[in-house]
Amino acid sequence: MLVADPPLAAEYQDLRRRLAGADIAEKATELAKISLAVRRSVVEMIASAKLGHIGGDFSVTDILVTCFAGVLNLDPTRPDWADRDRFVLSKGHCAASLYSTLAFCGFFPRAELTTFMAPLSALNGHPNRVKVPGVETNSGPLGHGFPVATGAALAAKLGGQPWRTVVVLGDGEMQEGSNWEAAMTASHYELANLTAIVDRNRLQQGARTEDTKALEPLGDKWRSFGFELREVDGHDHAALLQALEPSTTGKPVAIVAHTIKGKGVSFMEDRVEWHHKVPSPEQVRLALEELV
Amino acid sequence: MTTTYDCRQDFADELIKLAEADERIVAVCNDSVGSSNLVGFRERFPDRLINVGIAEQDLVGVGAGLANGGKIPFVSAAAPFLTGRALEQIKADAAYSNTHVVLCGQSPGMAYGELGPTHHSIEDLSWMRAVANLPVVVPADPEQTRAAVRWAIENPGPSFIRIPRFKVPAVTPDGAPFGPGRSNQLTDGDDVTVIAIGTLVSRALEAAERLRAEGIGLRVINMPFVDPFDVGAVLAAARETGGIITAEEATVSGGLGAAVASLVAAEHPVRMRILGIPNVFAPTGSAGFLLEHFGLTADGIVAAARELLGHGLHR
Repeated sequence: MLVADPPLAAEYQDLRRRLAGADIAEKATELAKISLAVRRSVVEMIASAKLGHIGGDFSVTDILVTCFAGVLNLDPTRPDWADRDRFVLSKGHCAASLYSTLAFCGFFPRAELTTFMAPLSALNGHPNRVKVPGVETNSGPLGHGFPVATGAALAAKLGGQPWRTVVVLGDGEMQEGSNWEAAMTASHYELANLTAIVDRNRLQQGARTEDTKALEPLGDKWRSFGFELREVDGHDHAALLQALEPSTTGKPVAIVAHTIKGKGVSFMEDRVEWHHKVPSPEQVRLALEELV
Repeated sequence: MTTTYDCRQDFADELIKLAEADERIVAVCNDSVGSSNLVGFRERFPDRLINVGIAEQDLVGVGAGLANGGKIPFVSAAAPFLTGRALEQIKADAAYSNTHVVLCGQSPGMAYGELGPTHHSIEDLSWMRAVANLPVVVPADPEQTRAAVRWAIENPGPSFIRIPRFKVPAVTPDGAPFGPGRSNQLTDGDDVTVIAIGTLVSRALEAAERLRAEGIGLRVINMPFVDPFDVGAVLAAARETGGIITAEEATVSGGLGAAVASLVAAEHPVRMRILGIPNVFAPTGSAGFLLEHFGLTADGIVAAARELLGHGLHR
């Protein structure tokens, strides 16, 4: 199990205190800077490992950063703290983005990121809670995170505990039936303490979602399953912060976050081949030039 | 007439008793409130019985999430659907994630008899044994069922318990050990060993009694922990007796017999007979009929013992 980096964790707590007193525009500006750093780190990790899922890493980065640096109640030095908020990345193949965000928060030293997918590294291609603090469940096979998040939210509700649960799902992943089983459970048990965010980048591994197995009308599906629906630009930190406000209806919240796969690097944006293509050294250089 | 028991009642009674003292304990089921015998639990703790409806993948995932939130979920469903439908959730969310989820496979083996192979859970021991970090427990009677529930609460990780529905007599002696890597030797005998679990234990005892009349000593070992199993007892049986029979209400492809065989093949080869269900789907018939059909009886164990001794391998 990796352990916290205390100075980084202290910096993170300072940032949280500072942001707590800031207005939403200031917050969004600060979060955008962090997103940029996370994206740069993802490029380096994937270039070094020669493996990864860069397109989805970039579509989900702003969601991850907004959750961890702007919303969730966490203490990186006490990852097992009973009253922490729970965050589940169901689209576990975007581990590089999650690891970079966790390292930014001080859950473990940033130097660890250089071991991504190296032999015996704690940083597997998909997150492992037994090895990586800040990871709540081992994801990777799709359709797993939402039921687990539902169970966590249910535990909090049963115990009258104040913490909340946020789960991030890939849009292609919504083709897994287990997600809709969980949606029915969350709705039936009125889990207002649960927020499900769909990273709606409209691409899956081999093609557009709508050409593979159409998801639309996705918002209507969530509404009809009993969720309070919020649709936002998933790269707009301010909009994400607002969408992550607690439920106002007593229902669980679904956020359809409209995103761009490969966001931030022009030649990767909205291109299906960047699902898990590894950039060449020249492409790494170009990508890092754009991510400033 | 020996009294026999449907162990689902003991499972439910013990769970309620322990839940009175430990509010972390919750039951999670897939519409199986009746068949998991959780009606009493629901009456006593209405908020602590989570019914996710007919949705087994969600069932196990929700269980893992409840464990993440500090609960001890007893995730209960008919064994074929729990293990077959939610196998990947069992692997990833319970075992690989190392969560304190207690998977309770109700009515395992061929207990559902005439309902047919869709409702038989004979593959479960192979599947569950193949998953790392997942103890597999097969209680043989009411006492072991209760002990399994108590143990699973104390054990901080995931576990799979097969809760018998087919009626069985009490076979566990007072003070018998219970835990990972432990077994109970129920009879002395140096000629042949039978290692039996679940519904086959009382049948093994009956076989021992019949063989005793012929002057043959059958060592009966009951091994409720199929994984991790009692290595010492198996190796002693291999060294001290003329062969090993395993007997289980499960397919022979990967359960108790396969576990024992892979150990003795490596450490102390002896002849074995693996009694179970061959790689076929069962014909129509009651649970009792099907056990007879596949030779999972005292007769079947006696025949296997004679066959092993007839090979001239008796020391």
